Amino acid sequence: MMKAAISKPGTAKNNKTGDWRTFRPNVDNQKCIKCGTCQRFCPEGVMGKIGEYPEVDFDYCKGCGICANECPKKAITMSEDK
Amino acid sequence: MTETIEGSAAVAHVVRNCEPDVVACYPITPSTHIAEDLAKMYANGEIKKYITVESEFSAISAIMGASAAGGRSFSTTSSQGLALMHEAIFAAAGLRLSPVMCVANRALSAPLNIWNDHEDTIAERDSGWLQIYCETNQETVDAIPQAFKVAESAYIPAMVCMDGFYLTHAVEQIDVPKTEMIRSYLPKFKPFARLDPENPVSIGAYAFPADYQNFREDLHRDLIASKAKVRKAHDEMAKLTGRSYGDGLLEQYRMEDADYIFMGLGSVMGTAKEAVDRMRAKGEKVGALRVRCFRPFPGEELAKALAGKKSVAVFEKDYSLGASAPMYAELVEALYQKPEAPVLSSFVGGLGGKDMTVENVESLLAKIKDAKRHSEWV
Amino acid sequence: MTDLFTPGHRACAGCGAAIAFRQIVNALGKDIVIVNATGCGEIISTPFPESAWEVPYIHTLFENVPAVASGVVAALRAQGNDHTTVVCIAGDGSTYDIGFGALSGMLERNDDVLYICYDNEAYMNTGVQRSSSTPLHALTTTSEVGKALHGKEQFKKPLLDIVAAHRVPYAASTCIAYPFDVDKKLKKAKAIRGARFVSIFASCVTGWGVDTQLGVSIARLAVETGMWPMQEYENGEMKITMKPARKPVLEYFKLQRRFKHLTPEEVAEIQKTVDGFWAKHEAGEKK
Repeated sequence: MMKAAISKPGTAKNNKTGDWRTFRPNVDNQKCIKCGTCQRFCPEGVMGKIGEYPEVDFDYCKGCGICANECPKKAITMSEDK
Repeated sequence: MTETIEGSAAVAHVVRNCEPDVVACYPITPSTHIAEDLAKMYANGEIKKYITVESEFSAISAIMGASAAGGRSFSTTSSQGLALMHEAIFAAAGLRLSPVMCVANRALSAPLNIWNDHEDTIAERDSGWLQIYCETNQETVDAIPQAFKVAESAYIPAMVCMDGFYLTHAVEQIDVPKTEMIRSYLPKFKPFARLDPENPVSIGAYAFPADYQNFREDLHRDLIASKAKVRKAHDEMAKLTGRSYGDGLLEQYRMEDADYIFMGLGSVMGTAKEAVDRMRAKGEKVGALRVRCFRPFPGEELAKALAGKKSVAVFEKDYSLGASAPMYAELVEALYQKPEAPVLSSFVGGLGGKDMTVENVESLLAKIKDAKRHSEWV
Repeated sequence: MTDLFTPGHRACAGCGAAIAFRQIVNALGKDIVIVNATGCGEIISTPFPESAWEVPYIHTLFENVPAVASGVVAALRAQGNDHTTVVCIAGDGSTYDIGFGALSGMLERNDDVLYICYDNEAYMNTGVQRSSSTPLHALTTTSEVGKALHGKEQFKKPLLDIVAAHRVPYAASTCIAYPFDVDKKLKKAKAIRGARFVSIFASCVTGWGVDTQLGVSIARLAVETGMWPMQEYENGEMKITMKPARKPVLEYFKLQRRFKHLTPEEVAEIQKTVDGFWAKHEAGEKK
């Protein structure tokens, strides 16, 4: 038995927050210039690697829309997640 | 080898000899000399780190942090200082950290009073810390390495309680265990969980209702189980020093054929022993029972020690205002429905430094000979 | 690159603090110990048995992080570890208010600790109550708007100046909307020994009443309007690290529920204070 409330590193990943989402980001790679803005600002850190096209991890994306709002090329749009 | 030394200085010496990684102190009467003497040692390079914190709350917080980082850690305080630490006292135990603190017992405000009683540490009895109450300065210096040993192996923080002024400021012959001896006695501290970049863990998560109570129950069970560790730590040290204090949990004095018992905590038990000797010389069948380890509470051991006795005067320098004397209440619980339980009386006295003399003890022992239950402030 | 602050944490959608935590761990790397105060940051990241932290982490209480950190670093150094950076992460409630004494103590001792405050200008974890960081006239659940009162009656406490007055080697302010500035200041702070302080302006969309997608842009507006100056104190000298566009403060206010009740006079009063700060700074520069 664990003697105290000690958590192993990175285990928050067990908590899939994707089901919180109402809206989802849609990335248009045609418009994307891989600037990394969305990846830097995502509060979840689930937009993929800087230097590559955004790859949203929908297991965790909460649909806040910061990526769409910050994208300098308007390459990301939000739509209702059905 | 004994030397003539103040109780506080002797505590500082033995703490240094336990080779702590971190000491954090905030001065408060009557523990101040311990904090000062440790600071002097730090100035001489004899202590690795001494943090001059800006409050007792930060003192306990710093030694909690040090303990979580794998450091042996120590602080000292009294009264208001301990009360200011209250929130962190509970957290230190819940986090299963292993700091040791020497509390120079003193009354709590208000009214302001700097003299001795046990209101400060008794108020922390529910926190999950070990509490050892010492009768003498010699016992206090012996109890400090024992406290480290139990705290660091049971992952439960420990308080060593010494009576303010009666002990802290008394200059007497004391043998302070040396570093070499303590090294052979006290293994290196290996914390339950350590803040280590090589092996990261998150310490101090919050627990939902499904888990919280389990953690609290575990802590309680481990604290009760640590009685064996307290006894073992005491016995191992006794082998090295030739000094023992009962069985580490309780000390029985002339109890064997005694009918009437004076029971208490701390330095007043020296007074009680003298009273017992005087009454024994007159043919009275009296004895003294000292609770050395108050947390974990040796309930079963007390029931055994008191079985068949006629009457017990439980003397305490503390009170749960609006209720009863805490140790008395716990003893009643321990003896409830026990077949050979004696009559138990509660006497509260010595608050804020009020004198408790040999004659006072004698009069209480005389009073309980009617085998009736008394409850008095004396 | 895998973040050292992982997804699965329980922050609100659009949380500015979560952005700050990613920026912090990714700037500072693995050789750190985080000492976290009770607050949003703690409850979103470490519900047992989970943790979003990939670095060593401890949470004890609300008001004692600087002292815990002093103990952690003392024990690490005493055991021969001379490299690990001990980092406090605490909100403005802990930093400006309840832990202020402990912060001052740690700064005065110049302990080898990097203290990071994520400042979202209220007690968000308990439901948006005022802190001494809450700006003038802002609505919170303990600085209400009613017949007798019109939001918070006091100015925001000038914490960075107070910290700098302790003569610590480094104190700076930055903002989540400027990730390169955050990164630069944190790396600079990490390279220095002694007590260092970095305040990161981190929006709270829930507490401020802002649409979630504006989480970053609202923080940027605080800088652009001059409400949140980007500063650095080194060797007692204050320097502005970013000149703001000085947009009218109303542009910042009108997007937030907490400022919706402001009268034109109140907006003008705040604008005047902001103008005063920048006029004073610009006058100082011309000397």
